Amino acid sequence: MVTYPVKGISPDMSFLEMLDVLNEDLLLRGDEPIAFDHDCREGICGMCSLYINGRAHGPERGTTTCQLHMRHFKDGDTITIEPWRAAAFPVHRDLVVDRSAMDRIQQAGGYISVNTGGVPDANTIPIPKTIADKAFDAATCIQCGACVAACKNASAMLFLSAKVSQLAMLPQGKVEAKTRVENMLAQHDAEGFGACSNIGACAAECPVGISLDNIAMLNREYISAKATSENVA
Amino acid sequence: MNWFTKTFSSTIGRKLVMSITGLFLCSFLVVHLIGNLQLFKDDGGLAFNVYSEFMGHNPIIRTMEIVLVLGFLFHIYDAFVLTRRNQSARPIGYANSHPEENSNWSSRNMGLLGTVILVFLIIHLYNFFWRARFGELSIDAGGNPDLYIVVKESFGLWWYVAIYVIAMIALAYHLIHGFQSAFQTLGLTHKKYTPFIKSFGYAFSVLVCLGFAAMPLYFFFFE
Ligand code: HEM
Repeated sequence: MVTYPVKGISPDMSFLEMLDVLNEDLLLRGDEPIAFDHDCREGICGMCSLYINGRAHGPERGTTTCQLHMRHFKDGDTITIEPWRAAAFPVHRDLVVDRSAMDRIQQAGGYISVNTGGVPDANTIPIPKTIADKAFDAATCIQCGACVAACKNASAMLFLSAKVSQLAMLPQGKVEAKTRVENMLAQHDAEGFGACSNIGACAAECPVGISLDNIAMLNREYISAKATSENVA
Repeated sequence: MNWFTKTFSSTIGRKLVMSITGLFLCSFLVVHLIGNLQLFKDDGGLAFNVYSEFMGHNPIIRTMEIVLVLGFLFHIYDAFVLTRRNQSARPIGYANSHPEENSNWSSRNMGLLGTVILVFLIIHLYNFFWRARFGELSIDAGGNPDLYIVVKESFGLWWYVAIYVIAMIALAYHLIHGFQSAFQTLGLTHKKYTPFIKSFGYAFSVLVCLGFAAMPLYFFFFE
C-alpha cells in the first residue's frame, strides 16, 4: 500500500473529487495518476466502487462513493482505499476491477424476450401497485458490486436476486422465469462467487437499499424452477 | 451431472440441504433435551436409565438414529464444501475491513462455531453413546444398565463441565443466526411471520442451550 498526502480538500468535495485533486497533483509532479472507476457521479450509473476505511462505498450508509462527501472525514486522517476484492472481480489496475462477471450473469437471463411489431398499449396488463413498487425497488439495483465487496463470501446473491425478482414479480417476466433463475444462478456459480450465508452485510452496504427479501424470493424461484422446469440436463 | 446432482451442488442447493438438515437437527435437540430432563429427577437415576434403555432398543428410535446421523453428515459435508468455496471466492482479503459495522459476529463465524460443536459432538458421543451402546455398564436397582452413574461421574470433572458449557455457548450462537437463516434460505419470509420466526429462534437457541448447559452444572455443583 502507498500513502499519498493530499492538500486543499474542502469538506464539500465528493470523495472522487478528492481523488481528482490527488491525481492532478501526481500528474503535475510527473507521477502516474491512480486509476479508479467513475462515470455519472450522481449515484445512478454504478461505475464507482472503492472499499474505503474498511467499508464498501465508505462509512456512510445508502450512498455511492461519488456521493460521499469529504465532510465525513477529519482533517489529517489517513484514509485507506482498496479495490473490491473478489476472485470474480480481477483487478485491472490500482482501484479498477473487472466487473463483467455481473454482466455475464445478467446476459444469462436477466431480460425478457419481446416480439417486434406494433407497439402495445401502455397499461393493458394490470399490475397491482404493491407489486409494481416491489419490482421497481428491485430494479433500482445499479450493479455496482458493493454487495459482493461487503460479503464475507464475495457472493453476488443480492445483485442476482434483485435481477431475478424484479422480473419474476411482473407478468412479462413470468414467461421465462424458470429458465432465467436456473441459468443466472448457474452463471453466478460458474463465475466463482461465494454462496449466501444470510449475513446481511450486502443489504446494509447497498447504496440503493436492495432488500434481503429479494434473496428469499430468489431462493423460492430457484426451488420451484428446479422442481418443475422441463430442463433435465 | 444430471439435473438433480446439479441442483444440490449449486450454491443455493447446498444451502437448502443445510437449512433442512439444520432445522431437523433443531428438532432433535428438543427431543434430546426433554428426555434428558429426567436427569434432574431425584430417584438416583432410575427413570433416566429406563429412558436410555428404551432409546437404545426401540426400533423407531433406532431408525431415526440413522436419519439423524445422515442429517449430521449432510449438514457437515455441505458446511465444509460451502465454507471452502466461500473462502476461495476472496483469495486476497482486505487490509482494512470493518464487518462489525454491517453484520453480526455469529453470522460470519458459522464454520468456526460448527467446528466447536463437531469437536464437542465427538467427545460427547464417545463418552455417553459409545459406552451406552458398546460398553460394559453396571446394572441399577431397576435392572437397567446404569448410564446415570456414567453421567454423574463425568459431570464431576470440572474440565468436562467446562467443555460442555463452552460447546453450548457455541451452539447457542450457531442457532441464533442459523434458526432464522434457515427460513430465509428456504424462502419462507413474510411480513406477518418473519418477526415471530426471528424472536422464536432467538428464544429457542438461548433456552435449549441453557437447558443442556444446566445438566453438567447441576451435577457439578449439587450432586
Ligand atoms: C446440533 C447441531 C447443529 C444444529 C442444530 C445446526 C443448525 C444449523 C442451522 C439451522 C443452520 C442454518 C442453515 C441456513 O442458513 O440455511 C446452520 C448453518 C450452518 N452450520 Fe450448523 N448446525 C449444527 C451443527 C453443525 C456442525 C457440527 C457444523 C460444522 C462442522 C455446522 C456448520 C454450519 C455452517 C458452516 C453453517 C452456515 C452455512 C452458511 O450459511 O454458509 N453446523 N446450522
